[in-house]
Amino acid sequence: MRIGVPAETRPGERLVAATPATVAQLRKLGYEVVVEAGAGARASYPDSAYADEGATVADADEAWACEVVTTVGAPPAERVDGLAAGTLLVSMLAPAQDHDLVQRLAGRGVTALALDAVPRISRAQSIDVLSTLSNVAGYRAVIEAAQEYGGMFTGQVTAAGKTAPATVFVIGAGVAGLAAIGAAVSLGAQVRAFDVRPEVGEQIESMGATFVRLEAAQQEVSADGYAAALTEDQARLTAELYAQETARADVVVTTALVRGTAPRTITAAMVAAMRPGSVVVDLAASGGGNCELTVPGERVLTDNGVAVLGWTDLTSRMPRHTSQLFGTNVVHLMALLTPEKDGTPRVDLEDPVQRGMTVAHAGEVLWPPPPVAVSAAAAPAAQAEPAVDPEERARREEAAAVVRRRRRTALSGLGAVAALLALTFSPSDTVAHLTVLALAVIVGFYVISSVAHALHTPLMSQTNAISGIILVGALLQIGSADPVVATVAFVAAAVASINIFGGFLVTYRMLGMFRKDV
Amino acid sequence: MLVSLAQATYVVAAVLFVLSLAGLSRQESARRGNVLGMVGMALALLATVVLAVDVSERSPLVTLVLIALVFAIGATVGTWRARTVEMTQMPELIALLHSFVGLAAVLVGFNSYLTSEPDVVHQIEVFLGVFIGAITFTGSIVAFLKLSARMASAPLVLPHRHLLNLAAVVVSLALMVVFVVTDGLVPLAVMTVVALALGWHLVAAIGGGDMPVVVSMLNSYSGWAAAAAGLMLSNDLLIITGALVGSSGAILSWIMCRAMNRSFVSVILGGFGAEGGTVASAGGPQGEHRETHAPDVAELLADARSVVIVPGYGMAVAKAQYPVADLVQRLRARGVQVRFGVHPVAGRLPGHMNVLLAEARVPYDIVLEMDEINDDLAETDVVLVIGANDVVNPSALEDPGSPIAGMPVLEVWKAAQVVVFKRSMATGYAGVQNPLFFRENTAMLFGDAKERVEQIVAALAARSPSGVG
Repeated sequence: MRIGVPAETRPGERLVAATPATVAQLRKLGYEVVVEAGAGARASYPDSAYADEGATVADADEAWACEVVTTVGAPPAERVDGLAAGTLLVSMLAPAQDHDLVQRLAGRGVTALALDAVPRISRAQSIDVLSTLSNVAGYRAVIEAAQEYGGMFTGQVTAAGKTAPATVFVIGAGVAGLAAIGAAVSLGAQVRAFDVRPEVGEQIESMGATFVRLEAAQQEVSADGYAAALTEDQARLTAELYAQETARADVVVTTALVRGTAPRTITAAMVAAMRPGSVVVDLAASGGGNCELTVPGERVLTDNGVAVLGWTDLTSRMPRHTSQLFGTNVVHLMALLTPEKDGTPRVDLEDPVQRGMTVAHAGEVLWPPPPVAVSAAAAPAAQAEPAVDPEERARREEAAAVVRRRRRTALSGLGAVAALLALTFSPSDTVAHLTVLALAVIVGFYVISSVAHALHTPLMSQTNAISGIILVGALLQIGSADPVVATVAFVAAAVASINIFGGFLVTYRMLGMFRKDV
Repeated sequence: MLVSLAQATYVVAAVLFVLSLAGLSRQESARRGNVLGMVGMALALLATVVLAVDVSERSPLVTLVLIALVFAIGATVGTWRARTVEMTQMPELIALLHSFVGLAAVLVGFNSYLTSEPDVVHQIEVFLGVFIGAITFTGSIVAFLKLSARMASAPLVLPHRHLLNLAAVVVSLALMVVFVVTDGLVPLAVMTVVALALGWHLVAAIGGGDMPVVVSMLNSYSGWAAAAAGLMLSNDLLIITGALVGSSGAILSWIMCRAMNRSFVSVILGGFGAEGGTVASAGGPQGEHRETHAPDVAELLADARSVVIVPGYGMAVAKAQYPVADLVQRLRARGVQVRFGVHPVAGRLPGHMNVLLAEARVPYDIVLEMDEINDDLAETDVVLVIGANDVVNPSALEDPGSPIAGMPVLEVWKAAQVVVFKRSMATGYAGVQNPLFFRENTAMLFGDAKERVEQIVAALAARSPSGVG
């Protein structure tokens, strides 16, 4: 089947749903790809690059007429009305906000998969475009802030004096927040971060930021992977924390966006308390903004000289990589829909991932999907665990260990007595030999224990070689007058001498292979 | 006079043997150790030849010719094997050499019985020497056959196998009493047959994957057989050498068992492969894996700062160590820090993987032990798992119900990105499903390890070396 990649229609949009690299991957799944002329131009992917990877470059109508159509933003109304029944549409559809569009798609008989409605479960992560876009937005937010901020992010000590590093405060450690932390840390800033979910503290710290703790205000993860709304008491405490942290920060990045709506975290008073020249980047501007002063799509300069950036097109400002990552998400989705790699997609509504994304199918509206719990996969494993009280088990194990210890002591005592008796009644010659044996075992233990692990195979072949010393016993019998004894001795000696030569030489060969890095 | 000189030479040889093994404590001194062992052996043999000619009951010339013939056989066969053996076949060679020591111990024991006066202590020594030698002989033969795939590696499970082994030991003890009382050849011969059967059965009952332990154990037995021969011949050099080899094998077995978190007894009693399978089937697939491709892995590696490669025996089977070494060289030339993390049971012998990597010209100082590398894995960008499975299984640490629970493993999942080279999604030797494959930071690269690594090398070569720093 053909996958159509039309140019984006939203003004200012620079992204494209497929890049030359992802076209190649789609073709491996058995699809033909039709790219609208100029679709990738604003992301620096010329038509010729698509053609090189085997895509057909055509006009918009042809791209929209394909059996599968993929776009970044929701299709405009006139294009929806032009879609043939049975078309598979893969796009960001915002089904929770734009119910009319979903109705209209269902009415056309289109099977519509919303890339922004991927259930938040581990195995669906590779098709979750929201994670992709958040990641890019978080990174770009820091770049925007760095451009706006009148200083260097990293601290410097120069002959002309020193500058302090910028302090960046990140609110919300989701994908965007963590990306922002990573970017700010690698620019050299001092990064502090806060999230209402205490379990992300470890992730924050692993990115090199300081996790700002406020125990009472932090809650457990909710069942669908998003943070839940705060209680009144928690809200008051967090507001105090935000006030403190924003006042000392040079850059504030807010990323709190819960299901498309932005909770108010930064009040005008907090911004007023910030130093002139500071920057607030509001990643939730599309949902109304976390900051009270945010104007979506605008840069606002407050009276006290703080810039509040409400850009809503951060992902579009890095079109090359965003398109590449977005396109790969689409490829992963198509791979899921095309297990046979035969270029024919099959939507399996039994699969919770596909069911969660499908908003319209065969004339019916399938939004909202039934809920999917985050830890669904982990539950059966936990049940398999037999319900044994750990204390009880520890007690039993300890009792068994005591019994084992006693038994071992008794056995070794018995053995020692038996050995003592046997030695007492042995001839003194034998006792002398046994003394040698005992001492040699002890020497052997210490010598072998210090052998490098890497040399254990050469150790074995070396011991093979020296245990060929049993040859000595055979050699002395080889001159016996008894032909039987002499023959047996000859065979024994011949076999043992193979050991000596073979063992030493193969050890030598092996050791010759070990070489130190030059 | 001559005997005293020989004794003195033996002392020197014994010291040289100890030094030769002590030399193996570091790579730098290992070759010197090897040479010291050769010198010790040459001295001991020289003294023995002089002594043998001296005590010869026939014409010294005939004895000398026979001895020369012995050395000619040993030198020809030994040199030929040592030169031609593939490093992957080392376990077979070592098992075969163990069997030679066992055979020699049996033959020397019989001869010692034939040539000396009846004496209780000596008889017991002969009996023990032949007993251990016979077990070593057939045990090593079976190990050799299993390792060289001339015999099915699955454990042989006879009914009442533990009772059979116990019966063999009891019968042998009874025969020892008869032998000491009657001083007849028959009880000794019957015991030899029983011990040969016991050795065969002991190793046949152990699965192919436990062969590293078995070979170490047989290494130990061959030492004790030599020590017993030393006791019966009143030769201290043999006793010392036997004790060194015996304790060497015992320590190696212990290290192997600890690395698999299994008790020595349970390995020796055998049957692990059979039991593991039933437990594992309950697990089933635990999620979805993500597949990747060679060019993507090449990208990943080119952009990484530190890479750790975890090789398993599967790498050696696919002969992928050579392209892997090439890959390592290229990555290092680009300034990527590359190291190997080797689990103690990687390979079919203790330290086998180190030899295989050394053969592929990987410098030994970037090949690290599990304990040395585990702490660094969290700061590693990319881990490549090539042909290893159970040794990187997180359920060993996280799932107390797992058959491999408690086994020390390489904690590769702590790295930023893990790429697992694998033929298919089949389970490893222990039959245990590996949750590592379903982790978010794990990607699977399916297919023949050698081909895949070669593709990665080609993709890296295609990138301009100056492009990305």
